[in-house]
Amino acid sequence: MTQPIIQLSGLDKYYGNFQALSQINLDIKTGEFFSLLGPSGCGKTTLLRAIAGFEVISAGSLHIDGASMEDVPANQRPTNMVFQSYAIFPHMSVSENVAYGLKARRLPKAEIEKRVAEAISMVGLDGFGDRASHGLSGGQRQRVALARALVLKPRVLLLDEPLSALDKKLREQMQSELRQLQRAVGITFVLVTHDQEEALTMSDRIAVMFDGEIAQVASPQELYGKPTNRQVANFIGQMNFLDAKVMGVDGDKVLVDVQSLGKLTLDLHQATGGIEGCNVVGVRPEMLTILDGSQAAEREIEAEVCEVFYYGDMTYYEVILPFTEAKITITMRNTAGRKVLGEGETARVGWSQSSLLLLK
Amino acid sequence: MKRVQRWLRGEGAQGLFLISPTLVFAVLLLAIPLIMVVALSFWTQDYLTLDRTFTTANYQTAWTEPMYQYLMARSLKISMFVTALTIFLAYPVAYFISFRVPPKRKAMWIFLITIPFWTSYLIRIFLWKVILGYNGVINGSLTGLGLIDQPLSFILYNQNAVVLTLAHAWVPFAILPIFVALEKVDRSLIEAAEDLGDSKLRRFLRVTLPLSMPGVIAATIIVFIPTIGDYVTPRLVGGPNGLMISNMIELQFKKANDAPLGSALAISAMAIVTFVSLIFIWLNRKYIRGPGA
Amino acid sequence: MKNQGRFLKWFMGLFLVFLYAPAFLLPVFAFNDSSIVSFPLKGFTTKWFSVLQSTEPLHIAARNSVMIAVITAVFSTLFGVLAARASSRFKFPGRRSIMGFIMLPMVLPEIIIGVSLLVVIIQLGFELSLWSIIMGHILICTPFCIAILSSAFMNLDQNLEEASIDLGQTRWNTFRLVILPLVMPGIVASLLIAFTISLDEFIIAFFLAGTEPTLPVYIWGQLRFPQKLPSLMALGTILLIVSIALLLIADYFRRRGIRKTGIENSGGFL
Ligand SMILES: Nc1ncnc2c1ncn2[C@@H]1O[C@H](COP(=O)(O)OP(=O)(O)OP(=O)(O)O)[C@@H](O)[C@H]1O
Ligand SMILES: [Mg+2]
Repeated sequence: MTQPIIQLSGLDKYYGNFQALSQINLDIKTGEFFSLLGPSGCGKTTLLRAIAGFEVISAGSLHIDGASMEDVPANQRPTNMVFQSYAIFPHMSVSENVAYGLKARRLPKAEIEKRVAEAISMVGLDGFGDRASHGLSGGQRQRVALARALVLKPRVLLLDEPLSALDKKLREQMQSELRQLQRAVGITFVLVTHDQEEALTMSDRIAVMFDGEIAQVASPQELYGKPTNRQVANFIGQMNFLDAKVMGVDGDKVLVDVQSLGKLTLDLHQATGGIEGCNVVGVRPEMLTILDGSQAAEREIEAEVCEVFYYGDMTYYEVILPFTEAKITITMRNTAGRKVLGEGETARVGWSQSSLLLLK
Repeated sequence: MKRVQRWLRGEGAQGLFLISPTLVFAVLLLAIPLIMVVALSFWTQDYLTLDRTFTTANYQTAWTEPMYQYLMARSLKISMFVTALTIFLAYPVAYFISFRVPPKRKAMWIFLITIPFWTSYLIRIFLWKVILGYNGVINGSLTGLGLIDQPLSFILYNQNAVVLTLAHAWVPFAILPIFVALEKVDRSLIEAAEDLGDSKLRRFLRVTLPLSMPGVIAATIIVFIPTIGDYVTPRLVGGPNGLMISNMIELQFKKANDAPLGSALAISAMAIVTFVSLIFIWLNRKYIRGPGA
Repeated sequence: MKNQGRFLKWFMGLFLVFLYAPAFLLPVFAFNDSSIVSFPLKGFTTKWFSVLQSTEPLHIAARNSVMIAVITAVFSTLFGVLAARASSRFKFPGRRSIMGFIMLPMVLPEIIIGVSLLVVIIQLGFELSLWSIIMGHILICTPFCIAILSSAFMNLDQNLEEASIDLGQTRWNTFRLVILPLVMPGIVASLLIAFTISLDEFIIAFFLAGTEPTLPVYIWGQLRFPQKLPSLMALGTILLIVSIALLLIADYFRRRGIRKTGIENSGGFL
């Protein structure tokens, strides 16, 4: 790819003495669907608003399309925003809302009409143009907000939790529509969300944030498969952790002593966040299997089943490994002929060395 | 340089910039005049010539002359009675509107309460004179009904009349803040108290009343401080024994031409009411713990 | 339990009688065919209204009052808009104390304001005129305007304003096209309230009136003459009707604003 469309470096934001963003370094590529993911209060909205120009940054730099945004006010930036509350002008009709930005640019009337009609139809609101905007449903407001921003053909579209106000069904439908829309218009989307599933299914790349800092930037698979620290691993999906001690590094091999599993030799690249300071080994619940009958696995260990949650298609087991108090979660698909174990039974847990991650 | 620029683009600078015209106006027409009144109260005036040497003579006169002492005490007493009567009248009304009137009707009730106040203030006070007068509505109907032979004379041209008329004039200003405070009382707290076995009266005394205290305090201040400055009501319905300090202040400024003494009286009156209000607020903070207190 | 309900109802009944007694008597005497304002009532007449029509000084005073009230309404609303917008949208140093100071006239006895303005005007050697009354009225009306306008500005979703900026509009146009239309009902209400307060204000007007009287100052002068009283009752009736009409209009606009911005009606006049 060519030059990134958004470049943030060393960006800090303070509200009084409170630091909302610290040392944000981030490149967003042209045309990608990028998500900012993190728990409530971690600074996602603040970062998005800094890009849009609503928050004056305290330090660092922000470039869009190679140009510094230092002295560019929000109304001159090549970005547009879809607000969480949608911010549809209540005293204007749907088409007046959509035409608002075009009128600000003083385009000829005929062109405004043409582009408004296109945008309204693009978001599937044909025939709604003359509707008063205060009577619209949540999904329709969402579409108006999208049309209103996209009609200006911005370089970047910023979306602040645009789907959080919708019910589950509509949310899922809008997720796929939004993804298709993004492909169709080819505009860079930056989506803020605290819903990890939403981020994983929609994005090309995701930045995970905690407490005003970016913890990891990666594609969905990489984020799930190779989280670089314990916090990210726990936030994206579920992970079991076992205390571990690094005994020594030899070339691209690491010798670790893992609670219950004993001494193991792992590949250095299994320490996804670097070997420095690693003190746990993590493994996803679905990477473990409960061995049935004559089934065998690369490695196995006996454990006591202490709790069973039966979900129909899946069974979640909580087991206790020998020599620890720690509970480990294992998820098993209930395939044909598989027996569901009961509490107190002893299970043979199969695992493989390559599914382990060495984390801090 | 950069920091200055960033500050100028920030909220603080924009807010100050926006509020500045209103603030400048208030400084010019409120702060400066008040300061001048204070200054004037330390000067003396002989007919039209002003002597600008500093003196506390005006205050000495204001605080020692029996007539002024007497007027001040009476004004304070009347203001207190007015405030007490107003709150006594306003609280049940606010309570009724907040707890007994269905939510849709509340706005209408508030409107109903304010209607009588939208005619001329002077004419309204004058009508009290008609109601309370020697041949007025009350005496007329009481004699008509044969309940009394002689018209009652204790109801007009005295302090009772002033208190009643002022309470009538201020009662909506007391109802509104109390109503707002009562509306904010979380209804589930009252249910919780009921659940915990409090009787209706105890529930009111232990939950509703303390929680609505901020409204009562606001009402008290809104009524108590300004009533000391009324000189129309005492003049119209007070008779010679119902006059208040404001009538004296007015007299000093207009007929007696002694603005410095008038200023000293005005400031003394303000100081006293403010002091009394502060004591009231302090007592409330101390003995009744409302929200945030 | 029952007792308490009955007590409250009785209380409300008596209170409403007390509250409405003067307002009720006003039209009664305005249409009473007797030159003394007292019971028993005589016949019905509208002559007191015709007396008003032919009283020249009254017209002058009324004109003065309306002029003062209009100018007061415009300026106090203007100051109110600036202050309400500043305090509801921006955090700035000293906000609370500045707002407290501006709102001070709400609890200051009017006589203090009258006295202090009188002192300044005389000390600076200005003549008392209708303008001095206007200044005093703007001072006391601004806090009421701010109270009304603050709620209008606070009901405004800040994102609307940002959306407008984001879509490329300038700050001024954002104010003109988005903010102003949405707070317009509050502005109308503020204009009407300030107008009504100024029209009826007596204490400050009496202190600061030069040679030209306002309507309340004129009424005050007439209260001394018993034969003028019936026509004053007629005047009071007219003022009552006009004020109620203005207030109903103000409330209509407020409600319309609430409907427009889609915010739940929280009830409560003013
Ligand atoms: N104007 C402000 N003044 C002071 N603190 C603020 C301001 N805006 C945000 N914050 C604080 O900055 C932190 C980050 O806020 P932000 O709104 O960016 O969080 P978020 O990640 O978007 O959370 P959410 O998922 O709840 O929307 C929060 O702790 C918040 O309280
Ligand atoms: Mg947010």
